[in-house]
Amino acid sequence: MSPTSYLVLSALLFTIGTIGFMIRRNAIVAFMCVELMLNAANLALVTFSRMHGTLDGQIAAFFVMVVAAAEVVIGLAIIVTIFRTRRSASVDDANLLKF
Amino acid sequence: MTVVPLVTGAAVAFWLLAPVMILGALGMILARKPVHSALCLATVMISLAVQYAAQGAPFLFAVQIIVYTGAILMLFLFVLMLVGVDIADSFVETIKAQRPLAALAGLGFGCLLVFAVGNAITGKPVGLGTANTENGGNVQGLAALIFHRYVFAFEATSALLITAAVGAMVLAHLERLWPKRSQTDLSQDRMRRYAETGQHPGPLPTPGVFARHNAVDTPALLPDGSTSDLSVSATLRARGAILDSHDLVRPIDQAVRAVDRQDKPVTTEEQS
Repeated sequence: MSPTSYLVLSALLFTIGTIGFMIRRNAIVAFMCVELMLNAANLALVTFSRMHGTLDGQIAAFFVMVVAAAEVVIGLAIIVTIFRTRRSASVDDANLLKF
Repeated sequence: MTVVPLVTGAAVAFWLLAPVMILGALGMILARKPVHSALCLATVMISLAVQYAAQGAPFLFAVQIIVYTGAILMLFLFVLMLVGVDIADSFVETIKAQRPLAALAGLGFGCLLVFAVGNAITGKPVGLGTANTENGGNVQGLAALIFHRYVFAFEATSALLITAAVGAMVLAHLERLWPKRSQTDLSQDRMRRYAETGQHPGPLPTPGVFARHNAVDTPALLPDGSTSDLSVSATLRARGAILDSHDLVRPIDQAVRAVDRQDKPVTTEEQS
């Protein structure tokens, strides 16, 4: 199985995640799109690991997973906090910091 | 003579699951309901785990399913249930034509990425055969790397995780702005309301009990024949789901009257 197919799949998933992040208004769905982008990056890292015959790429993917877990915890806590005060999970409604 | 397989397991896994992953990702960004998005993302993540397994990463295969699909995605679903399952995206455009432009920019970015990646990769992959057997297995090889070359990064991630846990607790913490109300306070409130507005301090009256029907949707009858509004739930009344007590009383009244007529002593007028 050539690594190019995996990398193209990874690029496609990353692109879909980017588009979703830009067009969705719901903060939770936008956050899921970020997760999809991280996953696509992980697929590319694992593929590179196989291409070069070392395990460093898999270690990088592992660290991405750890950082993603921490990021999800904080991000969802922020979303819940905003929802508590603004009664909305839309990214358009949290606009108090706008000048 | 060596047998060269026509397709490998990895190829089958890839070509079966790649369309599923693309469709799942598209479904995730196009679904109206956030729960559907989360389920589509779960499909993509489990398919990704299979791709990891096919590329010689059994540890990441397990971690992807356990940590990503099992923990992170379930956390997403948990917060969705908390924040409201039925919230749909608003179609109000705060920036004019933002959505089409964003989709266009994304497509351009995707083309750029795919063609750049497609042209950049040359040569056969080395494969993980030696790397995975060097230390006795994939997990052992990863452990050797984590605890030798990447040990400081690994320690830093532990600090990161603890910081994230503390941060989540700080963000979720609600300061108590007024003291907690005790039973004494509540009973004093009830008595104050009784003194000021005459509201009965005891429990609300029970629903009516009739010969043919007794349930929470039957209002109780007061001694003067009117129905008690307090005896049925306001929600049921708002839905119009309560019965008319007088309808329920009527057959009983008729029965009582019929019995009365039979028991009445025969009078002289009727005899003649």
